[in-house]
Amino acid sequence: MGYKCIVCIKQVPDTSNITGEVMNRDGTVNRTALPAIFNPEDLNALEAALAVKDEHGGEVTVVTMGPLGACEALRMALYRRADRVVLITDRRAAASDTLATSYILSQAIKKIGDVDLVFCGRQAIDGDTAQVGPQLAEKLGIPQIAYFERFESLTYRAARVRRNTGSGWEVVESPLPVLITVLDTANEPRPAAAKRVMQYKHLTTPDELRARLKKGMPDATDAEREAEHARQMEKQTFLGARIEQWDLDDIDADLQWCGLSGSPTKVHRVQWIVLTKEGYTEVAPTEEGVRGMVHELIVDHTMG
Amino acid sequence: MPNFFEDNEDIQFLFNHFDLPELADIQERGFTLTEGPGAEYAPRDAADAIDNYRRVLSIVGDIAGNHVAPRAEQVDIDGNTLNEDGTVTLGRHVRANLDILAKADLMGFTLPRKYGGLNCPSLVYAMATEMISQADASLMNLFGLQGIAETINAWASDELKNEYLPRFCEGSVTGAMVLTEPDAGSDLQAVSLKAWQNDDGEWRLTGVKRFITNGCGEVLLTLARSEPDVSDGRGLSLFLTERCDRVKVRHLESKLGIHGSPTCELVYDDAPAELVGERQRGLITYVMGLMNGARIGIATQSLGLGEAAFRVAREYAHTRKQFGVAIERLPAVAEMLSDMRIAIEAARALTYEAARYADFENNNSHALTHSPPADKAELKRCKNNARTWKRLNGMLTPMCKYYASEMSIRVTNDAIQVLGGSGYMKDYAVERLLRDARITTIYEGTSQLQVVAAVRGVCSGAFERFIGEFEEREYTDKLLNDLKGKLDEGKEAILKGVAFVKQQGGDYMDLYGRKLVDSAIAVIVGHLFLQQAASKGLHAVDADGHARAADRKKRVARRFIETNHPTILRDIELVCSGDTSVMAEFETLAGPPITAS
Repeated sequence: MGYKCIVCIKQVPDTSNITGEVMNRDGTVNRTALPAIFNPEDLNALEAALAVKDEHGGEVTVVTMGPLGACEALRMALYRRADRVVLITDRRAAASDTLATSYILSQAIKKIGDVDLVFCGRQAIDGDTAQVGPQLAEKLGIPQIAYFERFESLTYRAARVRRNTGSGWEVVESPLPVLITVLDTANEPRPAAAKRVMQYKHLTTPDELRARLKKGMPDATDAEREAEHARQMEKQTFLGARIEQWDLDDIDADLQWCGLSGSPTKVHRVQWIVLTKEGYTEVAPTEEGVRGMVHELIVDHTMG
Repeated sequence: MPNFFEDNEDIQFLFNHFDLPELADIQERGFTLTEGPGAEYAPRDAADAIDNYRRVLSIVGDIAGNHVAPRAEQVDIDGNTLNEDGTVTLGRHVRANLDILAKADLMGFTLPRKYGGLNCPSLVYAMATEMISQADASLMNLFGLQGIAETINAWASDELKNEYLPRFCEGSVTGAMVLTEPDAGSDLQAVSLKAWQNDDGEWRLTGVKRFITNGCGEVLLTLARSEPDVSDGRGLSLFLTERCDRVKVRHLESKLGIHGSPTCELVYDDAPAELVGERQRGLITYVMGLMNGARIGIATQSLGLGEAAFRVAREYAHTRKQFGVAIERLPAVAEMLSDMRIAIEAARALTYEAARYADFENNNSHALTHSPPADKAELKRCKNNARTWKRLNGMLTPMCKYYASEMSIRVTNDAIQVLGGSGYMKDYAVERLLRDARITTIYEGTSQLQVVAAVRGVCSGAFERFIGEFEEREYTDKLLNDLKGKLDEGKEAILKGVAFVKQQGGDYMDLYGRKLVDSAIAVIVGHLFLQQAASKGLHAVDADGHARAADRKKRVARRFIETNHPTILRDIELVCSGDTSVMAEFETLAGPPITAS
């Protein structure tokens, strides 16, 4: 028994390390200049699912859509004791906006089937839209609870959840299956488990390994690379896990809802803002100092 | 998101400096351990193993920086609770720390994979325990007790190993080494807790133990007198007892520092026990081995404390303004901070060196016991190595424990000085760090006892032989060669002191042991710094960064060697003075005994 959980995650550029060279002049991010990381709130989503498994049993499947490099995020999920990981990668999915992405994820989740709980991080740090989770619930036709903080109770009939409303909290109840988006305040994501790191760091999808060997063995012939590929994939069979790789055909996706054609989002204008004021103002730690600051904030309409 | 591995320049540097491929090769027995339980996460070659070490340390650094450190203040305030039934409830945050370490597979750090361990070398474990201590020194007393499981692994029967080691690895039990008694502290030969056999031949323990770190743990390794007729250390054996209602915690000590670590008084009431290894070898073989690892552990605890205090002081001195400048610009503060950091790096160099040689010795002795080489010449070489390394570690281990612990008191104390009045208040961590550091020169053998052990090495030739290897090295850099010349002078002076001391007898050696050991450590560390300054960093990911760090080490080496040189000469002059007044005129100098009225 136990609950079948699916966690949708995203590999994102590490926007906490933004420097001058990283921003393009048009206001977009030069993704290649930034290290790719596991989207922080997706780690909270994963932790919420793993906690369900620790307490009630069941299994945790992690799904991501992205380029082959996103396998690293899936390995990180395995290091944290995810049971199964799936990469959806397909050139035809490129340029998908949140609507197309949620459609593609919903097809993958339908393929996995029989899900009880779907977890998503509230939002990704690259787009900050917080749309994929809610849209995904709609595509799946299941209820959603956004801004999850904790379970008040969980049974096979219903999940009773405390959610953060921004100005307080409320407890809501939903039948299963349900989609839950998780806040960074919900839990303390566990670190990687050392033995699983040692074991699963060697794990790749066949395509990812092929791409690596192309880089790592630039002077080798195709036949040599294929031989090395076969040798390394053979070794991986002893690791007792694999990264599944699906394309859009594998999940029976209707191509008109994927990639560019499935993405109605149009960016109207990108504004290039240069902050002219100094980064901070010093406020004396006294009654008057704080009163002055609050007054200023009200005058600026920052508050009130 | 501080990561105490990634953000520690010196540990990063040393990780790349050491010959880890060599260490990985002996630890992994030439990468032959590819079958049986645990083989699925065995490294395939040296590069794979080193990558594992790096990744594991990064996990430890993450846990230390992001999970343990933020809770340290509350751990200090909360402490642990003694229950009426003689059990102890660990503080909420202590429990959370142990849980996260267990979840990350870190509780069987050095144990073989077949039991679920990580099979990491002591050197890597030393780095890990240092980072945990930097976050919360009291947690190190629980995380750092893994030597107990190592002792079981080294000496206990297969039945005991199979029963207990997997539980240690998964973190479901913690252990305690139960040695001290009210009348047997430094002098463990006086242990009197009684071990006796009932009519069925089962062992029972009866008596009281005191000052037992984590005495409330689930698996107790207890030193007890199994031979009532043998009154010295040869009458003692080591026993394994599992927590039960026949072992009770009678008292939980109220301490100056390390509040997260429960210090227990234990009462054994005919508690059932299993003999570990052979009778009568408890103290002389097993506990001595256990203590060596534990001493390196305390050295790393001291390093972590020093590092934590230094970081607070360094930041404070940069931001605090007085007389119109940041106080780091004031000569007295600049000197304190520079010497604090160098002192930490010096102690780290010595401690990691001791851990490295412990790896050589342990792996070699494992090979000799379990798979002695068939080739006669090879067997002889192994046996020679065993003797050499045992003697060397008999000197390096007490040296690093003594040196690092004394450093940690000095550095945490100086950190308070840098912060001034603010440092004395509870607003900053440095007062806690000094309280925590104060125990390090006392437990696992006082500084005075470490000196007694280390001075034997200095006077018996181990020091000279060890230094000989460093002296053979020629540096292409003139500065480094000049500094090496200074170290040669220092060594010559020490040998003169040794010759003088030997003529005077044992008491005199103990009286001036500290000065001899201080001088010998200064020369050894000087050589280690020179090696670091010439380091190539063969497996460094960032080769340029390593070169810059090595260049910095040149300056560190110069400052260290030039400031220590005159101290060595002065200390040796005192050693050769023949002055024994503190003994001969003790009643006059210290005055008559004081009786409390």
